[in-house]
Amino acid sequence: MSEKDVIICRCEDVTLQDLHDMMDQGYTSFEELKRLLRIGMGPCQSNTCGQLVQREISKYLKVKLEDVKTQKVRPLATGVKLNSICEGANNES
Amino acid sequence: MKANYVIIGAGISGCSIAYNLAIKGVKDIVVLEKAYLTSGSTGRCGAGIRQQWGTKMNCLLAKGSIEFFEKAKETLKYDGDIEFKQEGYLLVSTDEEEDHQFKKNVKLQNSLGIPARKINKKEAKQIVPHLNTDVITGAAFCPTDGHLNPFRMTDAYFKAAKRLGVKFYFNEEVTDIIIVNNKIEKVITANMEINSNNVVNAAGGYAKEIGDMAGVNIPVYAENHEILVTEPIEEVQRPMVMSFTKNIYCQQVPHGSFIMGRSNPEVEHNHSNESTWKFLDEMAKTVCEILPLVGNLRVIRQWGGSYTMSPDRQPIISDTNELEGFYLACGFSGHGFMFAPMTGLLLSEIILKEKSTIDISDLHLSRFKNKKDFIYEKSVV
Repeated sequence: MSEKDVIICRCEDVTLQDLHDMMDQGYTSFEELKRLLRIGMGPCQSNTCGQLVQREISKYLKVKLEDVKTQKVRPLATGVKLNSICEGANNES
Repeated sequence: MKANYVIIGAGISGCSIAYNLAIKGVKDIVVLEKAYLTSGSTGRCGAGIRQQWGTKMNCLLAKGSIEFFEKAKETLKYDGDIEFKQEGYLLVSTDEEEDHQFKKNVKLQNSLGIPARKINKKEAKQIVPHLNTDVITGAAFCPTDGHLNPFRMTDAYFKAAKRLGVKFYFNEEVTDIIIVNNKIEKVITANMEINSNNVVNAAGGYAKEIGDMAGVNIPVYAENHEILVTEPIEEVQRPMVMSFTKNIYCQQVPHGSFIMGRSNPEVEHNHSNESTWKFLDEMAKTVCEILPLVGNLRVIRQWGGSYTMSPDRQPIISDTNELEGFYLACGFSGHGFMFAPMTGLLLSEIILKEKSTIDISDLHLSRFKNKKDFIYEKSVV
């Protein structure tokens, strides 16, 4: 299958080709790729693409998978509506 | 290794300075970055671009920068999209005093050629239909303000500078600056020693520490400012909505998500970039009051980044009387991203002893000596 048809990040619709093009330009860490391609910035927060991208970086740089630096994990663990947060905060006080 | 100029920091300021020097023909420029491109405050900022300021200096820095952004893609020959969106900033006032201040600000802005206007609640509602006008008294609007992608904009400067021969080194944290007979001799990192007589401090949140290495006291400090982002939806809000008294800025970016932030008056002065539940609570309450529609969106992620505060909340763009060859671009107090084109241009003029595009003697480090009372820029969140 063509790299253009392989979706590596389904939240932000990034293909394997996009990822490889960016790596060819010298951006080879998850944090850099995230900022330029938006991988890991969607609703799944890299729960889906995280490991796939790690593996691609490992192959590209020819380093062991465990030596590829993992991305920063940020809150929230799952999407929560602002209204719900607001209600919760008001009930506490 | 030898270099003509060593620039510390590959955020937007460092990249803009490198580009401005290189385009004027300066050779052997090295940029040292402790992590990766935009890893500091640039990559953590709210991505807003505005010209509606209360001081003449900030107005001029912002206006000159927007004029650059408007043609940046062509000027820097960037292959990607910098996502520049000029749909305006809507500043809302919540009492008569603030309304009066906005009138004064708009007058100043107009006198400098910035197309802002004072508007009433009804007009504000037309611009942002889901705005809760029950909690505001009036507004000011400037249609040419807007949004710009910080990663892409910095990448554009970075690539243009690289093409002009600037060398970038990432994951190279500066650990010391060696001074001999009051002259800079070299810059030390974990893996390198670079002989150079000129150093530019564009280290953002760590500008003070770099100053200390050079023996120059820079009275700035870092403080954490938090942001959150929602899931993306179709375009419903064109301009940034901002309130200084309610402590909020909130914009829908071209991607479709909403980015919003507020400041914490009790924040400590340090390098923390942590996320707190308290911010999440306060941010949710504020946005649900002012923009109730946005309350239906899910929060995807939150993060923090440093504002580097100067005593008068205005940048320091200058050389130093204490040490020859030591230049500063720091203390932007939360607005370094949007001022970057002017930062690079003005500092390159100082370094190359050219005539300054605008008079920036008020931005010199020496202004803080023996001075305690400053005129603050009040238009900040």
